[in-house]
Amino acid sequence: MAGSLGATDEVTAAEPAGEIRAVPVRHPGRWLAAVIVLILVVALVHSAATNSRFQWSVVGDYLFTTEVLNGLVLTLELTAVSMGIGIILGVVLALMRLSPNPVLRSTSWFYIWLLRGTPVLVQILFWNFIAAVYPTIDLGVPFGPSFVHLDANTFITPFVAAMLALGLNEGAYMSEIVRAGIISVDEGQHDAAHALGMTRMQTMRRIVLPQAMRVIIPPTGNETISMLKTTSLVAFVALNDLLYVVTLIYSRTYQQVPLLIVASIWYLVATSVLSVGQYYIERYYGRGSTREQAPTLLQRIRAGLIPRHAEVPLPPEAPRMPEEHR
Amino acid sequence: MSEPMVKAERVHKRFGRLEVLKGISLEVAPSEVMCLLGPSGSGKSTFLRCINHLENIDGGRLWVAGGLVGYRFANNKLYELRDSEIATSRAQIGMVFQRFNLFPHMTAIENVTEAPIRVKKVPKAKAMERGRELLERVGLEDKIDEYPNRLSGGQQQRVAIARAMAMEPKLMLFDEVTSALDPELVKEVLDVMRQLAGEGMTMIVVTHEVGFAREVADKVVFMDAGVVVEEGAPAQVLDSPREERTKRFLGLVLEH
Repeated sequence: MAGSLGATDEVTAAEPAGEIRAVPVRHPGRWLAAVIVLILVVALVHSAATNSRFQWSVVGDYLFTTEVLNGLVLTLELTAVSMGIGIILGVVLALMRLSPNPVLRSTSWFYIWLLRGTPVLVQILFWNFIAAVYPTIDLGVPFGPSFVHLDANTFITPFVAAMLALGLNEGAYMSEIVRAGIISVDEGQHDAAHALGMTRMQTMRRIVLPQAMRVIIPPTGNETISMLKTTSLVAFVALNDLLYVVTLIYSRTYQQVPLLIVASIWYLVATSVLSVGQYYIERYYGRGSTREQAPTLLQRIRAGLIPRHAEVPLPPEAPRMPEEHR
Repeated sequence: MSEPMVKAERVHKRFGRLEVLKGISLEVAPSEVMCLLGPSGSGKSTFLRCINHLENIDGGRLWVAGGLVGYRFANNKLYELRDSEIATSRAQIGMVFQRFNLFPHMTAIENVTEAPIRVKKVPKAKAMERGRELLERVGLEDKIDEYPNRLSGGQQQRVAIARAMAMEPKLMLFDEVTSALDPELVKEVLDVMRQLAGEGMTMIVVTHEVGFAREVADKVVFMDAGVVVEEGAPAQVLDSPREERTKRFLGLVLEH
């Protein structure tokens, strides 16, 4: 007891106030692991860079050709439109699933069962051949008069077929994500909103969904990135998306590997941009859930580059507890 | 004698096969403060939630400010109210919860102005002005733009009271509002409630704070197992209870 007290005295004597200065623990294991991994990475990069059969110059030649860029644009368009359909449909289906109306509930359940239970490629092909089942499409009152009359063969182009298939399929997945988000919001929030005289719709829109967003955003980001790559299936209906375009090129030139690298580079660029976007959306909806606003990406990179003991322009990490109570 | 603010006649409530309220009859006059005491599970909170129709009752009748709760009586028949009608009738009743239930994605002032702007369609500038006044009255003028998770429990509960007051309710319901608070934070919330009572607000307070009930209440009701065991002036119920069950409960509460 006396000994430990003495030790405490020594520390306080040497360092009356402020920061603790101590010799850090050495971690030889960490260094060893880092060196091994670094060697492997360098070897891999070296082999990729020096192996002439990768034909990196061909990659450079094709990366910015109009053909490839047009394919990229189509891929991005298809991703955006399909995700848009998927998200809107997902919210509707989730609200139907949670509705007190048994017809809406079971319809939503059936939809999810059907579209989640069949391969999306089958759905793309199915929509592409829809004209075989429904040669004409009439919009109007069911069993009643029709206002718009469409010829399925001209209206359902491969793009429309792909858009419908991907969007409707995504709706099934998104609805489960949205439902999970809505359920995650505390019951007390409904009580509080209702007690203030808000209707069920107002409560959902203003109170529940904004809070559900925190749970909904990360898997939705995942879905978007996954959708970006799933669009490559539209090659089956001969749509000139990024992947189909490069396969068309290499079927002429026989430079398969460099052209697949071209496509991969663009997919990587697109997913990277999406990830950054997701980070900022999460940051926005995280307000009020952490005591400090999360740093922006730039702040984070700066904090990572600048040595730990240097002055970093970051908001203080430590939670500031309210000290005074009147 | 004016019309009672709240009138309950043989109110019954079941959750599945469990009967939580077994015929509650009582009245609260305007500007009266009624404290509901009783062991947990006695149905106090459920009864409070029935008053603003967060729970619907299975039997009996319940009136607030002369209107039936949840129903309309016409042509000798009861009609269920629509969602929007229920919302409108709730807007005149303020409620404060044990676990605060502030909206975490909104700042203190946004919490307070949300319902006036959305429900009562008060212009934003006016709602903000009134919201600031209310937050000032509960002593939080320097926390206006703070998110709830940066506030202490007592501060959160005071925001919740301001939020309910922003709707200018005729009646305030308090559901064990100090039970989730550290002892040193209880007083700041009770002070705000005391002030409200002093201004003539009609209040129904479910509480374990016997001291508060003795000091502020006009009427104390003791409930157990879904029935009203005893009611009367605080001095009578709290200091010389007639019923054995009331005596036993008060003995336990006052002992510690």
